[in-house]
Amino acid sequence: MYRLDRIGFAYGEKRVLENLSLTFEDGCFYGVIGPNGCGKTTLIDLLGGHLKPDQGAIQMNGSSMTDHSPKELSRIISLVPQDFFINFPYTCKEIVMMGRYPHIPRFARPNGNDLSIVESVIKKTGLAGFVNRFVNQLSGGERQRVVFARSLAQDTSVLLLDEATSNLDMQHTISMLNLAAARVAQGALVISVMQDINLAAMYCDRMICMRNGGVYASGKLEEVLTAKMLREVFHVQAKVEHNPFSGALQVAYQKEVDR
Amino acid sequence: MNSTSKGLFFSEVKRWKNLIKEQGFKVMTVLEDLGSNEKVKYKMVPKKKTESWIQQTKRLPLGWIVFGLSVPLLAAIVLSTGSGFVTIAFTDVIKIVAAKLTGAQNLISHLDELQPVVVLDVRLPRILTSALVGAGLAVSGAVFQGILLNPLADPYTLGVSAGAAFGASLALLFNFTFLGLWSVSVFAFAGALATLMVVIYLTAGGGDFSSGSLILSGIIVAAILSAGVSFIKYLADEEVSIIIFWLMGSFTSKTWAEAGLVTLSLGLGLMVFLFFSRDLNLLALGGRTAGSLGISPRKVSLILLITASLVSAVCVAVSGIIGFVGLLVPHMVRFVTGPDNRRLIPVSALVGSLLLLCADTVTRVVLPREIPIGVITALIGGPFFCYIFRKRQMLRDG
Repeated sequence: MYRLDRIGFAYGEKRVLENLSLTFEDGCFYGVIGPNGCGKTTLIDLLGGHLKPDQGAIQMNGSSMTDHSPKELSRIISLVPQDFFINFPYTCKEIVMMGRYPHIPRFARPNGNDLSIVESVIKKTGLAGFVNRFVNQLSGGERQRVVFARSLAQDTSVLLLDEATSNLDMQHTISMLNLAAARVAQGALVISVMQDINLAAMYCDRMICMRNGGVYASGKLEEVLTAKMLREVFHVQAKVEHNPFSGALQVAYQKEVDR
Repeated sequence: MNSTSKGLFFSEVKRWKNLIKEQGFKVMTVLEDLGSNEKVKYKMVPKKKTESWIQQTKRLPLGWIVFGLSVPLLAAIVLSTGSGFVTIAFTDVIKIVAAKLTGAQNLISHLDELQPVVVLDVRLPRILTSALVGAGLAVSGAVFQGILLNPLADPYTLGVSAGAAFGASLALLFNFTFLGLWSVSVFAFAGALATLMVVIYLTAGGGDFSSGSLILSGIIVAAILSAGVSFIKYLADEEVSIIIFWLMGSFTSKTWAEAGLVTLSLGLGLMVFLFFSRDLNLLALGGRTAGSLGISPRKVSLILLITASLVSAVCVAVSGIIGFVGLLVPHMVRFVTGPDNRRLIPVSALVGSLLLLCADTVTRVVLPREIPIGVITALIGGPFFCYIFRKRQMLRDG
């Protein structure tokens, strides 16, 4: 799906990403972890086409990212951002419907297919009671679910999650990630930036660990998620082992932090 | 019951009521046996599907709203044309216009020679200009609010008015007349345009135009220009009253040329606004998300910003600075249409023109002496805005 070849990016003078090479394949759940400020969000913005790399190139399905118009990209890639604020009293349904805009011609009304997709997404995300509520009066977590629903309604083969569950309670975190995983089972590509490594371990097939604008390690979950990595990248003492209850690798930490 | 247990009881009832409310029922209080055996009964009533008045009216089809506003607008134009120092029956107004359009002179053969002149050369251009300027200010206000993600922005937030005021004051101070009657308007327009370019230059660094930095540079530039206007007023001894009068706005002695100019800019502007109205909706989600939904946020905001500024600059150049229309109208209209710009923009245009036309008619016909229109809009609009704002605050808390 994606092939990143030695890309680099800078905000003005500040280099954020340097010499980064990665590949992403369809039908996989990728977790991106790394300390604060290591360039995870910038990577997501590059993958979404919101930013352009100033070095190297990003190939998508064999063609260069820059060959696609924003409109085309929006039918392939959707994004759930981390923080989200809307100042206008749109109803939740209107926000979810905005996910269909890339599929509806500029002056047309939504057709039956658009409406049924929006309705099923609303049902799946448990937002049925919210459809007529104003989005600027919701709590942070409720708003994040609406935004998640909007990106599902966009019905794309790539889903970028930038700490998309940071404001959600455990129940909704798990049900949203289950929806993303269901997309993966249907062949979609999900790339999710996550702070919670245990949660990432539960859902990811592949993991990318970033440090200082580069890739520290990438590959299968069990190859990347090691005590050595946690010590070297996050400076914490940890033990990684398979947890039969969650059915995944899980990390346990010690209180001591390396200085 | 003592007061503490009573308080506890009522807080418990309140909690319980809220629980029921969440399940989609309404709790009604039924009082029985008033007197010594006071009993309070609560009854559960299924809540209606439409939760509030706003929800219900939101679904009004756009066609109905536009039709429902066009009729009073046309009526207001005709009635207002008939009234004034010389009263003309509204049937005669229609006949005069029809005669002009079709060339059937027999329609107006029964009228005084003066009446067609009053209607066609004096009143209609002024009335149409005021309606068009109202539409222009309201529409660009709606667009500015959309781009700046701020329901309290208006066409003047980026300093268009301050720039126009500075340009006009300069022209009035030095008594520039080399462009004939248009000198002041041309200078006002140039001032507005220059201000916009400075504001965009200040803001455009990297990435998107963030609403915060746009508003901030608008405020800075406007503050400098206001100081400039004050200095010009200080320098101008005799012209100071002319400057002040221009700044307060007026539609006195507007001609067809001005009406035509505003029609042109508003027409072109509306086409751009309606074309990008859906993209403007997406901007409300923030640049990053809007980008992921298939638009280029930087391009869309720049196009809309420049178009809206041009439309409002033409309005200001023609009529002076008329406040509150651009702030108040989109705000009010949003209550009825919702924030969707595809509905908000056309309805704002109609409401804006109706409002400014009525305000202008009040100063022209009703008041004994003509008061600058900017004063009227602020005097009526301000308190009304306070009322709406207060009501909304109450709703939010309650």
